[in-house]
Amino acid sequence: MSRHDDQKAMARGLSKEARREMFQKQNPMIPLKRLLGYIGKDYKFHMILVLVCIFISSITGVIASLFLQTLIDDYVVPLTQSASPDFGPLFQTLLKMAAIYLSGVLATLLYSRTMVTIAQGVQKNIRDEMFSHMQTLPIKYFDTHAFGDIMSHYTNDTDTLRQMLSQSLTQIMSSGITIVSVVIAMLTTSLHLSAVVAVSVFFMLKVTGKIAGNSGKYFVKQQASLGRTNGYIEEMINGQKVVKVFNYEERSKEAFDKLNEELCSNATNAHRYANILMPVMGNLGNLQYVVIAIVGGVLALNGIGGITIGMIASFLQLSKSFTNPIGQISQQFNSIVMALAGAGRIFDLMDETPEADEGYVTLVRAKYENGELTECPERTGMWAWKHRHGDGTLTYKKMEGDVRFYDVDFGYNPDKIVLHNISLYAKPGQKIAFVGATGAGKTTITNLINRFYDLADGKIRYDDININKIKKPDLRRSLGMVLQDTNLFSGTIMENIRYGKLDATDEEVYAAAKIANAHDFIEMLPNGYQTEISGNGAELSQGQRQLLSIARAAISDPPVMILDEATSSIDTRTESIVQKGMDALMKGRTVFVIAHRLSTVRNADAIMVLEQGRIIERGTHDELIAQRGKYYQLYTGAFELE
Amino acid sequence: MKNLLGCIGEYKKASILAPVSVTLEVILEVLIPLLMASLLDQGITLGNMDMILFYGVLLVAAAMASLACGVLSGNFAAVASSGFAKNLRKKMFYKVQDFSFTNIDRFSASSLVTRLTTDVTNVQNAYQMVIRVAVRAPIMLISAFIMACKINARLALIYLAIIPVLGLILGFIIKIAHPIFMRVFKTYDKLNNVVQENVHGIRVVKSFVREDFENQKFDEISGSIYKDFNKVEKILAFNSPAMQSCVYACMLLISWFGAHMIVSGTMTTGELTSMFTYTMQILMSLMMLSMIFVMVTMSKASVERISEVLEEQPDIADVSNPVMEVPNGSITFEHVSFSYSKDMERLSLKDIQLDIKAGETVGIIGGTGSAKSTLVQLIPRLYDVTEGVLKVGGIDVRRYDLEVLRDAVSMVLQKNVLFSGTIKENLRWGNAGATDEEMIHACRLSQADDFIKAFPDGYDTYIEQGGSNVSGGQKQRICIARALLKKPKILILDDSTSAVDTRTDALIQKAFAQEIPDTTKIIIAQRISSVQNADKIIVMDNGRISAVGTHDELLSSSSIYQEVYYSQVKGDSDNE
Repeated sequence: MSRHDDQKAMARGLSKEARREMFQKQNPMIPLKRLLGYIGKDYKFHMILVLVCIFISSITGVIASLFLQTLIDDYVVPLTQSASPDFGPLFQTLLKMAAIYLSGVLATLLYSRTMVTIAQGVQKNIRDEMFSHMQTLPIKYFDTHAFGDIMSHYTNDTDTLRQMLSQSLTQIMSSGITIVSVVIAMLTTSLHLSAVVAVSVFFMLKVTGKIAGNSGKYFVKQQASLGRTNGYIEEMINGQKVVKVFNYEERSKEAFDKLNEELCSNATNAHRYANILMPVMGNLGNLQYVVIAIVGGVLALNGIGGITIGMIASFLQLSKSFTNPIGQISQQFNSIVMALAGAGRIFDLMDETPEADEGYVTLVRAKYENGELTECPERTGMWAWKHRHGDGTLTYKKMEGDVRFYDVDFGYNPDKIVLHNISLYAKPGQKIAFVGATGAGKTTITNLINRFYDLADGKIRYDDININKIKKPDLRRSLGMVLQDTNLFSGTIMENIRYGKLDATDEEVYAAAKIANAHDFIEMLPNGYQTEISGNGAELSQGQRQLLSIARAAISDPPVMILDEATSSIDTRTESIVQKGMDALMKGRTVFVIAHRLSTVRNADAIMVLEQGRIIERGTHDELIAQRGKYYQLYTGAFELE
Repeated sequence: MKNLLGCIGEYKKASILAPVSVTLEVILEVLIPLLMASLLDQGITLGNMDMILFYGVLLVAAAMASLACGVLSGNFAAVASSGFAKNLRKKMFYKVQDFSFTNIDRFSASSLVTRLTTDVTNVQNAYQMVIRVAVRAPIMLISAFIMACKINARLALIYLAIIPVLGLILGFIIKIAHPIFMRVFKTYDKLNNVVQENVHGIRVVKSFVREDFENQKFDEISGSIYKDFNKVEKILAFNSPAMQSCVYACMLLISWFGAHMIVSGTMTTGELTSMFTYTMQILMSLMMLSMIFVMVTMSKASVERISEVLEEQPDIADVSNPVMEVPNGSITFEHVSFSYSKDMERLSLKDIQLDIKAGETVGIIGGTGSAKSTLVQLIPRLYDVTEGVLKVGGIDVRRYDLEVLRDAVSMVLQKNVLFSGTIKENLRWGNAGATDEEMIHACRLSQADDFIKAFPDGYDTYIEQGGSNVSGGQKQRICIARALLKKPKILILDDSTSAVDTRTDALIQKAFAQEIPDTTKIIIAQRISSVQNADKIIVMDNGRISAVGTHDELLSSSSIYQEVYYSQVKGDSDNE
C-alpha cells in the first residue's frame, strides 16, 4: 500500500485493523459462491440446459475424433476387401453421423446463446442491485469513499465480470467435461500408463502454478497501477481547464508518463507470463508424449502389464486431448482471479449496511372532516403525520413545520463530538439563520434535521414527534433542500425542475421557475425549457444552476425548507428578487438559512451564531447588533468569517 | 486508424518479432505431429526401441525449440501490446493537453476518461491477439491446407468450397454486430453518467426522496444495455456452430469420397487419417480466427472512439512566428463579438469595445448570465473571438505563442480545482521553481498564509482530490496564491472571492494594490465592496457593456449599478 493510499485510508477513519480485515476478506471462494448463487437463483434451468448442451457438444467432439477408427476398421477395410463394394451401409452411417454432428452443432448454438442470456442477465441483476443498494446507503458512505473507487465498481469490476461470465465459464465447463471423460478413458485403458500421466501432470501443474502465480502477482500490480493511472487521468481531465490556464500541460504530461511507464512495465510482465503459459503447457504435453512412448515401449517390449501396441497408440491420443483442456483452463486463470477480485469489491458495496430506518410515522394527505383530521387520497394542500401506536390505534397530527432541538450532541466519529448542546426551536413560519465560520457546524445541524446523520445525544422533535420515529423518506419529503453544490442531472431543464415533483404540470414548472427568477434566462436559451443540460452543466453559469436548483426545491413545495448557501453564486440583485419570491412562497413555513452574505439573513426571526459547534449568540438582527458581540463584529467586517 | 498504428513506435521491432517467432512456433507445431507419426509407425508399431529413442530425442529437441519460440513470442507480444497501449494512452493524453476549451466542452470529461481507460484496454487486448493469434491461425490454416493438398488435391477442393461459405457467414455476423456494439458503448457512457451524477448528487437524491426514480432511470439504461448486448452476443454465438458445421460437413464429405478413393486404390487409409488430422487443424485455426473476429469487432468500436479523440483538431493553435513576449498588461477589445457555437445568431458577447491600461484595476459587475466570465476568458485565449480583435499589450492575442500569453495572463477560474497533493505541490502549479519564501509571500497576499500555518502539517498539508478537505473560502485563497505565483502581467479573478468574507476580501484587494501595482487586475465580483475601489468598473448586461466608470460615476449614472448597490447596502445606513 502506497503512502498515499495509507493517508487516504487514515483520512477515511479506517484503523490499521480494519484495513487488515479488508485484505483478509479477499478469499476468492466467497465471491465465487455468491456469483454462482446469482446464477442459481434466476437461471437454474438455463444453467442445466447449458450443462446438458455442453455435455452433448463435448461428447459429439469425442465421437467425431473416434469416428475415424470406426470408419476405417468397420467400413473402408471391409470395402477394399470385398469384390463388389456396397457403399449403402457407409452412406447410412454417414447420415447417422451427420445427425449426431448436427445435434452437436445445435447443442453448441443453444448453450452459447443460453449462456449469453445468463451472463447478461446476471450482470444486469448485479448492476441493478448494486445501484439500488447504493441508493440506500447512508451519506457517510459517500463521504468516506473516493468517487473514483465507487465509479470503478460500475466500470472495471463489472467489465471483468462480463469477461468471466461470458467466456471463462463455458471454457472451463467444457474443458472440465473433456478432462473427466479423458481421465475415465485413460484409466480404463491402462493403469500403468495412467500413473505415468499422473506424475507428469503433477509436474505440469507445478510449473503452471509457478507461472500463473507470477502472472497473477503482476496482474495485481497491473490493476493497481491501472487504478493509479486512471485516477490521474480522471483528475487531470476533470481539471483540464485549470491545466490550460496554468500552462501545466508539460508537467502533467511528465507525471502521466511516469505512471504510464510503470503501468506498461507491470502490464508487460503480467502478459508475458500469461502468454507463455500456453506454449509451456503445449510443449510439456509433447514431452509427456515422448515419455509415454518410451515407457510404453519398454513395458510392451518386456511384456509388463499386458500393454499392447494399440493401447499405447490410443493412449498417446488421449494424453494429447488431456493437456489441451488443462492449458485452456490455466489460461482462464487470470481472468477468473481478476473477475473474482472485482466481484469481491462489488459484493463489498452490496454488503454495506444500508441506512437504518426504524421510523413508523408516515406523512399522508389530510383534510378536516367534521372537525376531525383524516387521511384522504386527494390533494388538499394539507398534510398530516400518521402515527400508528403500539396498541394498533391510529392518530393523525397536522404537519406544521415546528422543529425543536433539545440538547443535541453530534460527532461524525463517536470520539470526536463536533456539535455540543444545541437547543433551538423554529416555530411554523419562522426563518432561522445560522451564521458562523466554515467548520462551525452550520451544515451539520441541517444534516441532522433530515437525518443524513444520526444524533449522538439529545433529540429533535418535529411537530412534537421525535424525528427518529418518522420514516426517513416521509421526513425528507417534508423538507426542501437547496445546497451550494447544485448537482443537476443530465436532461432537459424541464426535467431538472420537475425532479422536485415528478407529476408537476408544465404550468407548475413555469411557476416555480418564476419564483426562482429563472424563467427569463431559461426563455432566452435556444430551446427554452427543452434545452438539454449535462450534469456538470457546462452550458450554464454557476448562478444559473443555483436558480434552477431553487426552482427545483420550490416546485416540491415543502413545509420546511433548508437553504444551505443556496444563493452564494447569484448576484445580489437577482438574489433579492429570488428572496422576495421565496419569502412569498415560504409564508407560513419554516425556513433554515445558512448564508455567507449577512444581508441574506438579516430579516430572519432568529439568527444563531455558531462557533466550534456551539451556539454562542442568538437573537434577531437588531438584538444581536445591539449586543455588540460576535455578530456585530462579523457584520461590521471586523471579524473574519472563514 | 493511421493515427493508431503510428503509436506502435519503438515497439515495431517487438511487433514484428512476435509474429516471426509465432511462425517458427507454428512450423515446429506442424513438424511435431509428423515426428510423432514416425515415432508411432517406425518405433512403437514395429516394437523398435532404437527408433523410439531416436525420434524421442528429436521430438524433445523440437519441443524445446518450440517452447523457446513460444516463450519468445509470448514475451514479444506482451512487450509490443503493452507498449502500444502505453503509447496510445500517451498520445491521447498529450492530445487532450492540446485541446482548447471548445474541444474540452465538446467531449464530456467522463467520456474522455472512458476513452483513455476502457477503450485503450480493449484495443491493447485486440492488438496482442492480432500479433499472436492472427498470425498463428492463418499460417496453421495454410500449412494444414498445403499438407492436405499434397496428400490429395482433389479431396482438398472440399475445403475450398466450404471456406468461402464460412467467410460469408462470418462477414454477415460482423456486419450486423458492429452497429449494435457501437450503440452499446454509447449506452455505457450514459450508464456511467447516471452513476456519476447520482454519486455526486446523492444529497439531492436523498433529500428529494428520489431513490426509486433514480433506480428506475438506471434500470432503464441497464435494461437497454442488457437488450443490446443480449442481441449482439446471441448473433456472435452463431460463430462457432457455423464453423463446426462447416468442418463436420468437410469430414463427412471426406469420409464419403475418401472411402471411394481408397476402394478404387487412389488413396491409402493412412492418408485418410492424415486428412482428418488436418481437417481438425483447419477447424482449430478457423475457431481462432472467429475469436479474433469477435475481439476485433468489439474493439472496432473502441478504435473509433479513440480515433475521434486523436483526430479532433485543437481549434486554437499556435501561429507560425509567434510573438514571444507580452510587452505590457494593457488590454483592448475592438468590436469583439463571441459565440460558443460560432453562430452569429447566438452571440454571447455583442460588440464589446473596451480599453484597459496596464496596471489598472478593473471591476466587472453584472447579473447571473450576463457573460462576465465569457468576456475574461477571451483574454488568455481560452476561446477565440468570433468577430473583432482582442489585443493584449497592443498585439492581437492570436499572434502570441499560447504559453507566453497564458503565462502573462493568470486567471483564477470560477470553478476552482485543487489537485490531490500537498498545498505546496498545488502552489507550484503557478511556478514550478517557486521557493518557500515566494510561496509564503503569495499566500500572504491572498490571505491564505494564516490558515495554512494553522494546519498541523502547514504547507505540506495533503489536499484531497477536488480539495474536499478545505473550505470553499480557503480553496479560493489557495487558488489565488497559485495564480499570483506566476507573477503575471494580467491577473483575472473570476468571482474568486465569493466565499471569502468582506474583511479578508478587502485585505486581498489592499495587498494587490500595494504589492503588485503594475499588474493589470480584472476582478469579477458579486459584491460591490470587492470592486468599489477599482479604477474602472464595467457593468455587464446580457452580453453587452451597459456602463463603464468609477464607483461614484456609476452610482449616479447606471441604474443597474444603483440597483445592485442598494440591494447590498439597503438598511445598512444606520450602522455605518
